[in-house]
Amino acid sequence: MTIEIGPELTFWSVVNERSGEYVQRCFYCQKCTAGCPTAHVMDYKPAQLLRLIQLGQKERVLGSNAIWLCVGCETCGTRCPNHIRLAPVMDVLRQMALAEGFAPHPAVYALHRSFLDSIRLWGRVHELSMLVEYKTRCLLTKPPLFFQGLLSDAKMGAGLMLKGKLSLMPERIRRMRDVKELFKPAGQGGLSEDEEVRQ
Amino acid sequence: MRYTYYPGCTAGTTAVEFGRSTEAVCRALGVELVELEDWNCCGASSAHALDHALSLALPGRNIALAQQAGLDIAIPCPACYQNTLSADNALRHDEEWRRRMEDLLGFSYTGRPRPRHILDVLANDVGPEVIRAGVTRPLHGLKVASYYGCVLVRPPEKTGWDDPEHPTTMDRLMEALGATPVEWSYKVDCCGASMTLSISQVVVQLSSRIVAAAIEAGADCIASACGICQINLDTRQEVYKKLPVFYFTELIGLALGLTDTVKWLSKHAVNPLPLLRARGLV
Repeated sequence: MTIEIGPELTFWSVVNERSGEYVQRCFYCQKCTAGCPTAHVMDYKPAQLLRLIQLGQKERVLGSNAIWLCVGCETCGTRCPNHIRLAPVMDVLRQMALAEGFAPHPAVYALHRSFLDSIRLWGRVHELSMLVEYKTRCLLTKPPLFFQGLLSDAKMGAGLMLKGKLSLMPERIRRMRDVKELFKPAGQGGLSEDEEVRQ
Repeated sequence: MRYTYYPGCTAGTTAVEFGRSTEAVCRALGVELVELEDWNCCGASSAHALDHALSLALPGRNIALAQQAGLDIAIPCPACYQNTLSADNALRHDEEWRRRMEDLLGFSYTGRPRPRHILDVLANDVGPEVIRAGVTRPLHGLKVASYYGCVLVRPPEKTGWDDPEHPTTMDRLMEALGATPVEWSYKVDCCGASMTLSISQVVVQLSSRIVAAAIEAGADCIASACGICQINLDTRQEVYKKLPVFYFTELIGLALGLTDTVKWLSKHAVNPLPLLRARGLV
C-alpha cells in the first residue's frame, strides 16, 4: 500500500505557525475532551479535532461546528500534559474557516459579528442595540433563527430592563478615530485580519 | 494605594451592582481607583473569535492610555482582565507587534502598568487582615461557595493565580468576612459565558450544574467574581431550589456595613434578602 502525501499534510504546520502551539505533541489522552464544558454538543470533540489536524483533515476541521462551540474557557489548555493550548488553536481555526468560506455556526457567528459592530460604532458595547442587531442577523439567516430562544431571551431582557441594567442610550468614546484605525485592515495601516469586520 | 480603573462595558449595565460595589468597597478600604480616560471595549470573546489581531489591538489601546499614569490597571471583569493580559503579553514579547501598535497609536510602551483583577488587588494588595479589621457585621453562619469561573485563573502561565484548579484566594476573603467557605469541585468550571445569547440551552445546563453542585456542597449562596458568570448563574439556573448568587464585592460591602449594599442586591434575579434575613445579616 502506498500512502499519498498531499499538500493537505501541511495543514498542521499552518495551524502551528498561526497559533504558536504545537498540535503534533498531542498523544490523545483526551483530558481536553473530558474537561470541555461544551464537548457534549460538538460534532468532533477537542481531542478528535487535534487528531484530525494532525492527519491533515482540513475540510472536516474547518467545517465542524466544534470550532464555533468552543467558549474559550481554557480548561483544555490548562490540563494538557503536553502544554498545547487549544483556545488559540480554535481561534485560528475559526479565522481560517471564515477566510476559506466554510459556513460558521449561524447564531454564534451572528453574536460575535454584532458585538464587534457595536465596538466599531461606539468604541464600547451598547447591549441593547447590539441585541437588536443580533436578533436581526438571526432573522436574516437561512433558515431564520429568530424564534430560537426568543422567549427566554425576551424574558431575560425584560428582567434586565426592569432592574435598570440595560441602558437605552449608547455611550460613545471621545477618540473614535483610534478605534477606527484599529479596525482598518492590516496592510492599510490598520491591524484587522478579518475580511468582514471592516465592511 | 492607587490604581488605574478599567470598569469595562458591563460595570454600568448588566453588571452594574458589580461596578458599584467594587468602587464602594475600594473607597471604604482606602484603595483609590482612577478611571481610565476614554477607555474602549476589550473585544470580549468576540474579537478573539473572529480576528486575532483586533483582540490584541483593542485592549492594547487601553494599555497605551494607561502608560502615562503608570499605575497597575484594576479590572473587575475577568474577560477584560484576560484580554488585557494577552495584549500586554504581546506588547511585552513581540517586538514587531509592539512597533506597529506604537506607530498606530503614537505611544511608547513602558511595560509598567500591569493588568490586575480586582480580586487580586483586594486579596493580595489590601489583604484579608485589613479587610477583617474593617468588618462591622461579620457574616457568621453564611456558607459560601466561592466561584472563580474560567478565565480569571486561566491560562495559569499568564494569570499566575494561587492554583488554576483549586484557587483559595476568594475563600480566604470570605473567611475574613466571617463567612464559611464550602469545599466543592466546581470553582473553576465554565458557566457557558457568551453562549447565553447564542445557544442558551447549553448555558442553562452548565449553570444549573454549577448551582446544583454548590447546593450539594451545603452552600447557602455562591460568590462570583465575574459579570457574565453572575448573570448566567443568577438567571439561567434551573434547579429544585433557587440559590442567591452574589458578587464577592457585595459580600465585602455587607460585612463592612456599607449602606448601599441593599441597593446592589435589589438588582439580582434571585432575591438574596430572605437568606440574609434568616442569618440575621440585614
